[in-house]
Amino acid sequence: MPQWKDASEIHDEAIRAALIELLTQAADDDLVLGHRDSEWLGLAPAIEEDIAFSSISQDEVGHATFLYGLIHDLGGPQPDDMAFLRPATAWRNAGLLERGNGDWAYTVVRHFFYDQFETTRLEALVDSAYGPLADGAKKIIREEYYHRIHFDLCFRKLLGAGGEAGERMERAIEAIRGDLWTLFDFGSDAQAWIHAGLLTQDVQGLREAFLARINEPLTACSVPAVTGDELNRSGGGRTTHTGELSDLIQTMAEVVNTEEAALW
Amino acid sequence: MNDGVHSHDEATEHLELELAVRAALQAVFDPEIPSLSVVDLGMVEDVACLSNGQVNIRMMPTFMGCPALLLIENNVKKAMMQVPCVTSVDVEFVHTTPWTTERITDEGKRKLKEFGIAPPRCGLGAAKVLEATCPYCGSTDTHLDNLFGPTACRSIFRCNSCRQPFEAMKPV
Repeated sequence: MPQWKDASEIHDEAIRAALIELLTQAADDDLVLGHRDSEWLGLAPAIEEDIAFSSISQDEVGHATFLYGLIHDLGGPQPDDMAFLRPATAWRNAGLLERGNGDWAYTVVRHFFYDQFETTRLEALVDSAYGPLADGAKKIIREEYYHRIHFDLCFRKLLGAGGEAGERMERAIEAIRGDLWTLFDFGSDAQAWIHAGLLTQDVQGLREAFLARINEPLTACSVPAVTGDELNRSGGGRTTHTGELSDLIQTMAEVVNTEEAALW
Repeated sequence: MNDGVHSHDEATEHLELELAVRAALQAVFDPEIPSLSVVDLGMVEDVACLSNGQVNIRMMPTFMGCPALLLIENNVKKAMMQVPCVTSVDVEFVHTTPWTTERITDEGKRKLKEFGIAPPRCGLGAAKVLEATCPYCGSTDTHLDNLFGPTACRSIFRCNSCRQPFEAMKPV
């Protein structure tokens, strides 16, 4: 199987396009959730969480910036242009991630599930045939370690607490499980990723690894496990977007829309 | 023979330039920990000095989203241009091997402690619970207050012995 050390070694345009799609999905996921995380700054229910969210959102946005950089190396737009100048229809984030933050329980449950998904995806990227992506995945997975242990703790404690906390967590899980399939709705390029070794795990394998990760704590807290069928849907999970994404982009791009040449 | 002497001089000059460049890097400090240099942090992967005075520096980012990276890059460039005989500088951040906290030198660890930040005691995931030695009294009887701290690379601890809260660098 071919290995590519950098962008200049990819001569097959179909592979280049598929790789850009893979990177766009991963980068958009990180930036959209990282932006949602930043919306809690100054408002989180505890000072410790406010501090945690400043680092967590900074990490997510940093990972997105790195991935947008790889897209630029492959001939795509500048990272800032990817973030600020694309219409919502061009974004490839999972629908789950663009939803408003809701309450704290929704935020914790969504982040916990996303971190488990992201780890599953990163593990299938550390040996990617595209060297720069494999290198980045190895670094990102180390940084994500702290997100994982933080949200694992929050998830189990709040869900196991009973009372209002437990009720809110169960409501959030119920709402989010209906959106989880959007994470796995990779579109028609997924075959090419696996075939070219850009991603080293097939979609079914990713789903199974994700389910094993999230169902252990759910079952431990007597919440019904998520089934493979719930994830096995497709149709616009990453291509159809809501007004919530347009609003998010507009907020992010406020400065650039006011003064395009502004340096900040 | 003359050629031999000539190339010897060139080699000496080259060595001198490289030593001067490395010494200048020792004086480029982390914007958030002013006593700690990029060399102490283990951020410098490779330095190449060309005969025309061009200096190429490959650096490893600590945390990918660290907002200080651009500042560090500019500070490295500025410091290099102060070195005699350097004509141009290129700084590249590379990810071919991930930066880990194990790259921090012993001198770096000493300076971190001096600044009030506990250096990591082990690598990522090597210990079940995050542990840190109090940089103030040296006690190992400490507890984690918050996994996250004022910057992405730090956690907040409290010393059970001297009661001092302190920051610790996360193993990564």
